[in-house]
Amino acid sequence: MLLPRNLKALCRLWVADRFMAELLQFVISGLTVGAVYALVALGFTLIYNATDVVNFAQGEFVMIGGMVSAFAYAAGVPLMFAAMLAIIVAIIVGLILYRFGIEPARGASSVVLIIITIGASIAMRGLAALVFDKQFHKLPAFSGEAAIRVLDASIVPQALWVLGGALVIVAALWLFLTRTLFGKAVLATAANRMAAQLVGVNTSFVMSFSFAASAAIGAIAGVLVTPITFTSYDVGTALALKGFAAAVLGGMGNPLGAVAGGLIIGLLEALGAGYVSSSYKDAIAFMVLIGVLMLMPGGLFGKAHTERV
Amino acid sequence: MSRLLSSRYAALMFVALVVIVPGLMLNSSFYLRVGALIFIFGFAALGLNLLMGYAGQVSLGHAGFIGIGAYATAVLPTHFGWNIFAAMAAGVAGAGLIAYIVGGPILRLKGHYLAVATLALGILISMVISNEVKYTGGPDGMAVPRLEVFGFRLRTAQHWYWISGGVLFLGIVAAQNLIESPTGRALRALHDSEVAAGTLGIDAARYKLIAFVVSAVYAAISGVCFALLNGHITPDSASFLRSVELVTMVVIGGMGSILGALVGAALLGLLEQLLAQFHEVETLILGLVMMAVMIFMRDGIVPTLQRLLFSRRAS
Amino acid sequence: MTGVRCFVKSSLAVLALPVLMAGTALAQGTVKIGALLAVTGPAAFLGEPEEKTLKMYVEELNAKGGVNGQKIELVIYDDGGDASKTRTFAQRLVEEDKVVAILGPSTSGPTMAISQVVEDAGIPLISFGGAAVIVQPMKKFVFKTPHSDRMACEKVFEDMKKKKLTKAGLITGTDAFGKSIREGCIAAAPTYGVEIVGDETYNPTDKDMTPQLTNLKNKAGIQAIMSGSFGAPAAIVTKNVKQVGVTVPFYQNHGVASKSWIDLSGDAAEGVLLPAAAVLVADKLADSDPQKKVALAYKTTYEKATGKPISTFGGHAYDGLMILVEAMQRAKTSDPKKVRDEIEKTKGFIGTAGIFNMTDKDHMGLDLAAFKMVTVKGGNWQLAE
Repeated sequence: MLLPRNLKALCRLWVADRFMAELLQFVISGLTVGAVYALVALGFTLIYNATDVVNFAQGEFVMIGGMVSAFAYAAGVPLMFAAMLAIIVAIIVGLILYRFGIEPARGASSVVLIIITIGASIAMRGLAALVFDKQFHKLPAFSGEAAIRVLDASIVPQALWVLGGALVIVAALWLFLTRTLFGKAVLATAANRMAAQLVGVNTSFVMSFSFAASAAIGAIAGVLVTPITFTSYDVGTALALKGFAAAVLGGMGNPLGAVAGGLIIGLLEALGAGYVSSSYKDAIAFMVLIGVLMLMPGGLFGKAHTERV
Repeated sequence: MSRLLSSRYAALMFVALVVIVPGLMLNSSFYLRVGALIFIFGFAALGLNLLMGYAGQVSLGHAGFIGIGAYATAVLPTHFGWNIFAAMAAGVAGAGLIAYIVGGPILRLKGHYLAVATLALGILISMVISNEVKYTGGPDGMAVPRLEVFGFRLRTAQHWYWISGGVLFLGIVAAQNLIESPTGRALRALHDSEVAAGTLGIDAARYKLIAFVVSAVYAAISGVCFALLNGHITPDSASFLRSVELVTMVVIGGMGSILGALVGAALLGLLEQLLAQFHEVETLILGLVMMAVMIFMRDGIVPTLQRLLFSRRAS
Repeated sequence: MTGVRCFVKSSLAVLALPVLMAGTALAQGTVKIGALLAVTGPAAFLGEPEEKTLKMYVEELNAKGGVNGQKIELVIYDDGGDASKTRTFAQRLVEEDKVVAILGPSTSGPTMAISQVVEDAGIPLISFGGAAVIVQPMKKFVFKTPHSDRMACEKVFEDMKKKKLTKAGLITGTDAFGKSIREGCIAAAPTYGVEIVGDETYNPTDKDMTPQLTNLKNKAGIQAIMSGSFGAPAAIVTKNVKQVGVTVPFYQNHGVASKSWIDLSGDAAEGVLLPAAAVLVADKLADSDPQKKVALAYKTTYEKATGKPISTFGGHAYDGLMILVEAMQRAKTSDPKKVRDEIEKTKGFIGTAGIFNMTDKDHMGLDLAAFKMVTVKGGNWQLAE
């Protein structure tokens, strides 16, 4: 009598164990991918807050981060400096985009500004194909390729870098916005540009800054993920699409919402692929997105009625 | 001059000229095909312009409706033995129905939230198209049966040049009638201020839905023509990038301008052919042109030109 | 009304511009060959080496006096992998550039979209697309040089059969190539006594495939995993296979047959098996192998000219161009119909992909022998047979 019962329990334990391991693997995958979406969404949010522009070239900053660092590294530049170079290049591109693309069109309707950023993203892609090439490139993982086993799931060390990097950026951004005078100026500009200008905030500087900071965040994301996902001249579009969806899911303009939105979309995709159907995993994520917006028209963390007039 | 251009008959005359003159002068089916594509996408952009330029709502998923029209024309006769005309009608009606069902809830969303919801809708449609390989042939696409009218097979670019030109002309007439009807006035009031329109007793939700359904029907008709012109369709026709292209045509040509949609479609269609010689810098130039047009003509090409013509006459 | 007239005129001028530009290039004593390649877009990694190969070899041929005493003029358009765009350019090649033959497109969907155009025009087309439907059912003017995707499955299943493995899991992309592999494998499996026990897919833009691979790994009785992927996702799948600890044999396919896949996958590529054209292992072939000379020559020329390692993709363009040129030489004319007849008579042509024997029933002319089972050892290709 004892033996069969034991066996059954063992069996149940084994099933539960395997279930847990699978679940864990899906969650790890979802969080890693989600962290990338979150960083892109954060870039959207920062620019949107300061300038009301939805910057569809945000994915291209990730591409620049990956491509510049990969090429610099391949040319013999140490990883650390290659990454820094990539961030600097992205910041310069971000500032150029603001100065020559957005500023001259100040006051145009938001959809016109969107088309400008889409044009910018197409142009950046074309330029990257010329300057670099159309092949895929990689960076070495920061701390080795050997997967770490947790229970029966496995995680590559670089995924921890991505998650940790996202965490650090979010924390730094939060501290900056709430604890520094300049950060408060950014928040003030986001809340009411005219009022901010009246109390002496240099809003033009704040807006350039938002582009530079978003570009830097994008480039950091690019450097962090390139060891896992590789990079090429055209990785930006898909990232911009998911990042935009994440930013809106979280509530456009809310940094915390952007992060939550990114992670949720990443998790939905991974769990969808794991448990439902890998062909329709993106469909699942998008259906949940539509569903959430139906119930909460301002996104998860957005205010119910925030209409910018 | 400007009054002439802005009057509805002048606009119609202009379109008729743009269709007929090149149609008679060009005898290469390559040019006729480029022209037909411009008319077909111009037609879809025209519908989208009713939604964007008049009702003030953005959609990033309209290629999905093009896909529904195109694939209904191909799938229903091939796999279900439908008559092709019935299939075409079903595609257009189906797109309108889907827009009606989905439009109710999602048009409550505003601005970027609506943009993302429509984007998701468009992606869902294109995902079904590329995943249901059994019916749609998947990413490699499928052949479209040829259209026969009284035993006459419509298949050359020349046929479709004139057909899509005619469809475009009718589409413009219909759009003009809609704009000048009470519905159109209500839509314009909505565009200017939804709150103000509401106080005038305009049922915003209803009119937005009308514009959404109409624009979806325009897109589906354009999809039907696209499928029949090409004879083979792939999921590209319903892709997110195609949706973005449509929005770009509308905004570059001029939101709220009937001719704008056509001019936007023409600009993108011709640029593609002009830049083909220099394909290394093609993407770069395309992006820069888009930026430049929007920076220097933020109202779009047609409204800006109209203003220029007007001010010259005044001075 | 002057404004209107002016506008019509100027728009006509814009329309006419490409003709003028094409007109200047028209010269006596040249034969025009068109090429439609996915130089940009998701299939750019195919279009780029194809374009380089074609340009390089046309230059070389012209330096040697061209074909039938005429210099070759190559007209390349970038189709971006978009079917409708490809069709427009195909019409442009036929009507404006008046080419005698078309090489490409790089991918299958666009090839299907333009086959009617070349059939109507009576111009031979040699596609670089993989799907079997391009030549099955056969179309009079349509040929192709790459192995059909289904053949990759057959080669893999043949190998599995040898190793007495019968239960396979599939992981394929939702793009055209992945779908083609997936269908090919499902169709070919019963012939080799293989059962498909797992069938997972991913999107070409996905960044992580561990959920799908975890599902495959945990499928009861699974004995091998076959992947249908190319480009970056192929490397991600390869790394993820290692990460989730798959222990059964892992097969990739001919879509990853470039050095860049090994570089991207790093250690994870070690020991992965895949069917590929001989050109990949050119220097490792036995001296008696008839393909060795051609494969080695292509490898040296390409690597010298571009400074980049070869892929089999550029090889397909080489095969297409050379089959066409040899057919023109045999026909002693560039008349499209006569050239088509000669292409169909291609016998024993040794190309990078294998030995081509075309007939009026087979417009590809390759058999399973064209594939070599290769593996990766020490970061380099190695024959596995």
